[in-house]
Order: sequence, then structure tokens, then C-alpha cells
Amino acid sequence: MPERFVTRGFVGRRESAGAQANRIPPGQHLVKDFPVLSAGPTPRTDLAKWTFRIEGLVKEPVSWGWNDFQKLPAQDFVKDISCVTKWTKLDTRWRGVSVDILLEQVELDRRAAFVTAFSDGGYTTNIPLPELVNGQAFVAYGYDGRPLAPEHGGPARLVVPHLYFWKSAKWVRGLRVMEKDVSGFWESLGYNNHGDPWKEERYTGD
Amino acid sequence: MSEPLDDELVLDGNAAAGALSEIYGDEMTTVLAECASCGQVDPIGGLLAYVHAPGIVLRCTACATVMIRIVHTPRGTLVDVKGKRIPPPPPRT
Repeated sequence: MPERFVTRGFVGRRESAGAQANRIPPGQHLVKDFPVLSAGPTPRTDLAKWTFRIEGLVKEPVSWGWNDFQKLPAQDFVKDISCVTKWTKLDTRWRGVSVDILLEQVELDRRAAFVTAFSDGGYTTNIPLPELVNGQAFVAYGYDGRPLAPEHGGPARLVVPHLYFWKSAKWVRGLRVMEKDVSGFWESLGYNNHGDPWKEERYTGD
Repeated sequence: MSEPLDDELVLDGNAAAGALSEIYGDEMTTVLAECASCGQVDPIGGLLAYVHAPGIVLRCTACATVMIRIVHTPRGTLVDVKGKRIPPPPPRT
């Protein structure tokens, strides 16, 4: 997904309601706040114990501690996000590390095709590997110029903005690379395996 | 989980009473449920309930393991009770 191009002359100018509407996927409504959704208690992970790991179909698993993760090349990114509970928030501002950078550190097995993101608290979500690369996904630790708050998934969450936001696993601790697709926490109970908001892939069978 | 928990979003299992009675056609909140992970027994109405989510998640009060999940879809309601079992009712006195 290409970054939105904003010319200097338009910075700060209000976008027309019509232009905003074109950015809201079908069945969604716009919100200005940032709703907090959670399927469980908010973990408060000690950063000294935090790790991010890539495992599964890789030649050697790799794991970063918090300080090493902060040394990886990071970038700021601005994205529209859509939750399957029907809210869409425009221009959310994040800071984090592209999954491309992380995957550069491992040698993928040629059978690698799917990924399960796993989190503190046991949450999982599944995403096809090709949808996590080429600038489409990040592990974010900053939001709106501040460290990512625990209720929004801090210290770090996956951000895959082109899919419904349940795919953007809060409190993410790693990626498991696999040959076959394995349904995650919500996908195993009626939610769509893919979750493209523009196709309204909300539930199994959509 | 050994880390401290933030429970701002948590309700009790009575928040799932409507959804459960739709499914089972009965009052379920007084039914006792045992956590398959740690053995804690609570009435379903006393479980930790997370409803600000794509579904309803009921968790053990002692270890926060998921005991019941409920998702409403346009094609029906799905329930997962893998994480718990219901012991026989206590003898009447």
C-alpha cells in the first residue's frame, strides 16, 4: 500500500467531507476518539522481560529484547484504521518498525506462507505472509508522539492497517511463520480469516 | 499471567446473561463453572466478562483463562466452551 501523498500546500487544510467519505470502507462510520476494545485483561509487561521473537519456518529463530528492538530502524507512519465493530479512524499516527526490517533478520523456509501473531495474554491472529511485507505491516511502539499506551496495545502492537484491526494484535510478542493457515482467537469463532474492510470480510463466509 | 492486570474494561458474567439465555434458553448465570486450567469454581455470572470486543469473552476469576466465548454473526451465534466444564449441582439440603 503506497503512503498517501500530501503536498506542502495542503498541509493543515481541512479535507472535504466527500474526500473523507471515500476513505471509509462500506458499513463503517467515522470516529474521532480511539475506542478501546479488549478480549481480556491489559497486561503490564516489564520492559526488561519483553522480547519479540520470530519463529517457526525460519532457519534460526530470532529474538530481540526491548533495548535492541529500539535500535532497529524505525519510521513514522500515518494510516486509516477500521475495526470490525464498525468504527473507522482516519490519519492515525504511529511509530514503529516495518515487518520487512524484522524479516530481514531471518532466513524464511520456502514453505513459509502464513503467520500467526502471538501476544501476551494468549491472543493470536493469523495473516498471510504476503500481506505483512512490502511496507504493509509494522510493530508499533509509538502513537501520536508518545509511547503506545497499554490499553492500545503498548508496549508494542502489530499494525496491519489494510485489514480489520483485530488483526493488529495488541501486546504482540512475536510472529510464528507457518506453511498452513491456523485460525487465531477470533478467526476460530466466526470471524473472517482474511478481514479486508473494503470487501467487508467480517465473518466466515463473507 | 504473572504481571499486574488492568481491569478497567472488565464486567462480571451477568453482562453475558442475555446472550447466554438466548443460546441455552435458560438462566445460566447461577450455573457453576470450573476453570479447566486452574480448577477455580465460580458461577458463570461471577466470571470476568469482556464485552468491548468483537465478541463476549468470559474468563476465570483466578487465572484469567478464557472459559466461554460468544460471537454473534449474521449466520448465527457461535459459542466456545472448551475452557470450562459444569460440575454436577451440589446436593440439596
